[in-house]
Amino acid sequence: MGSIQLKGVTKTFGNTSVIPHVDLSVEDGSFVVFVGPSGCGKSTLLRLIAGLEDTSGGEILIDGRNVVNEGPAKRGLSMVFQSYALYPHMSVRNNIGFGLKMAGLPKSEIAAKVEHAAGILNLTPYLERKPRELSGGQRQRVAIGRAIVREPKAFLFDEPLSNLDAALRVQMRLEIARLQKSLGTTAIYVTHDQVEAMTMADKIVVLNAGRVEQVGSPIDLYERPDNLFVAGFIGSPKMNLIEGPIAAGLGAKTIGARPEHITVTTDGTGTWQGTISVAEHLGSDTFLYVDVPNAGTVTVRTQGELGLKAGITVGLTPDPARIHRFDNAGKAIR
Amino acid sequence: MATRQSTFLGRILAAPSILVLFLWMIVPLGMTIWFSLLRYNLLDPGNESFIGALNYEYFLTDPAFFTALGNTLLLVGSVLLITIVGGILVALLMDQPIFGQGVVRLFIIAPFFVMPTVSALVWKNLLMHPVSGLFAWIATSLGFQPVDWFSNAPLFSVILIVAWQWLPFAALILLTALQSLDGEQKEAAQMDGVGPFSFFFYIVLPHLARAITVVILIETIFLLSVFAEIFVTTGGGPGLATTNIAFLVYAQALLQYDVGGASAGGIVAVVLANIVAAFMVRLIGKNLEA
Repeated sequence: MGSIQLKGVTKTFGNTSVIPHVDLSVEDGSFVVFVGPSGCGKSTLLRLIAGLEDTSGGEILIDGRNVVNEGPAKRGLSMVFQSYALYPHMSVRNNIGFGLKMAGLPKSEIAAKVEHAAGILNLTPYLERKPRELSGGQRQRVAIGRAIVREPKAFLFDEPLSNLDAALRVQMRLEIARLQKSLGTTAIYVTHDQVEAMTMADKIVVLNAGRVEQVGSPIDLYERPDNLFVAGFIGSPKMNLIEGPIAAGLGAKTIGARPEHITVTTDGTGTWQGTISVAEHLGSDTFLYVDVPNAGTVTVRTQGELGLKAGITVGLTPDPARIHRFDNAGKAIR
Repeated sequence: MATRQSTFLGRILAAPSILVLFLWMIVPLGMTIWFSLLRYNLLDPGNESFIGALNYEYFLTDPAFFTALGNTLLLVGSVLLITIVGGILVALLMDQPIFGQGVVRLFIIAPFFVMPTVSALVWKNLLMHPVSGLFAWIATSLGFQPVDWFSNAPLFSVILIVAWQWLPFAALILLTALQSLDGEQKEAAQMDGVGPFSFFFYIVLPHLARAITVVILIETIFLLSVFAEIFVTTGGGPGLATTNIAFLVYAQALLQYDVGGASAGGIVAVVLANIVAAFMVRLIGKNLEA
């Protein structure tokens, strides 16, 4: 069991309010990702849940019990840190088993649990090594092993993949998601990478300047962003946000069209006409950066290779059903 | 040094300084070895004669030698123990966020900058003096008999003075090591439910191992040759109670005017220091490997 609820949680450092007011509920067994730009308070929120920072106000309920006045160890959560924070002088075995040893478990039980965790994470051949003798991905797995061996109510991940190279990141992303599903333990995962958020999450919490901008499933956020911030943050390449007369014509302050929802034509038809300034050819896709009068640069994603080059004039037609409209306050008009 | 040419050039350029350093070392050593093989007494100048290993025989069979050797090892060992245990405690205190941290650190480091003769004089006359010292005043005001430190516990008194001088050095090195402990490791330990004592013994102490090794090696080098503190306070006495090897060599040369015997003692001291150094490096040197 591991449901977590935040009720009116606030955090201030001196006079600066880092987290003005957050209400949130994390269901048992779900994988929730906190995503947002640097300094949005996502790590602080995670540390508040972990108990590594004191809340300035509000309640944190774990399985219905308010834990704000309890120390980190009492909360029954475990955390994977960005730097892994392995104990450098201890072997992998002792690193994983240290928390259990501190909890006073008998040696035989610790050994069995450590072996079991190492088996799940393919660490069995490395149990007697020191962290410095391991690769980045292996260290990452030791950190995860240290988290799972305590059978916590929830895992907390603080940007765990940011120290790995791109290929390994994709692989570990998959492993963490698979592991979480098979253990069925609640997980809260902090990242600034919206691709990680989209691929791993059951539920994404988009944070900006300490406020929750939107909570929802990845596809919810992609298809129905509540506001300009979420619209611009989720999706890669970014959504085109167009202001001025074009938006006014559709009764909005700003309109948004995703690059993949714009059709390109070269026969003079199309809602907008523009000149290609840069074309990025990826083989599977082509990203076009098109200068459109009154709209600025519009990014377009086309499938396959169309043989388009810079300087060519093209017509662009956004899918009318998939145009997002936003009012003066940046809220979505539906 | 990438190419053969630059390696060659590097050697040529480094050669003069290496040569000077070599001469700087070998000439005094060679002269000392030569003197140690002579009958050479300042009371009988001009009558030097070659006597082989006789000086060594006298020095090594002198009961004073074994007393001095014991005193040296006791002095080094005790001071190391006091400065490292005390240094860790002081470093832990200095690591706490307190008001006036900078000034406190400066005060704690101050003893290291006081020259040994001065600090020995201060301890002898202002603190440990049985009539006018601070300790005697404290003892009498509490109704106790004042302790005559240098008569009753001479070696312990010297150890106390030397330890007082070296404590700041140990504390300073250990403090910097303490501050390099990764913050996320502390938090990981918190999540693991590690109490303060377990945290110290399982996380902090292993982290300090390398710094402790450095402190032991550096302090040993200097503590083997403690002289000023002994000269100023006890003059090696009472009897031989505070005579270490360095002081014994001095006494041989400049109190008995026996340059040959002193040189033999000096060479013995060099050999002993190397034995201690080899022992230390074997024992704890593996901590220094990355």
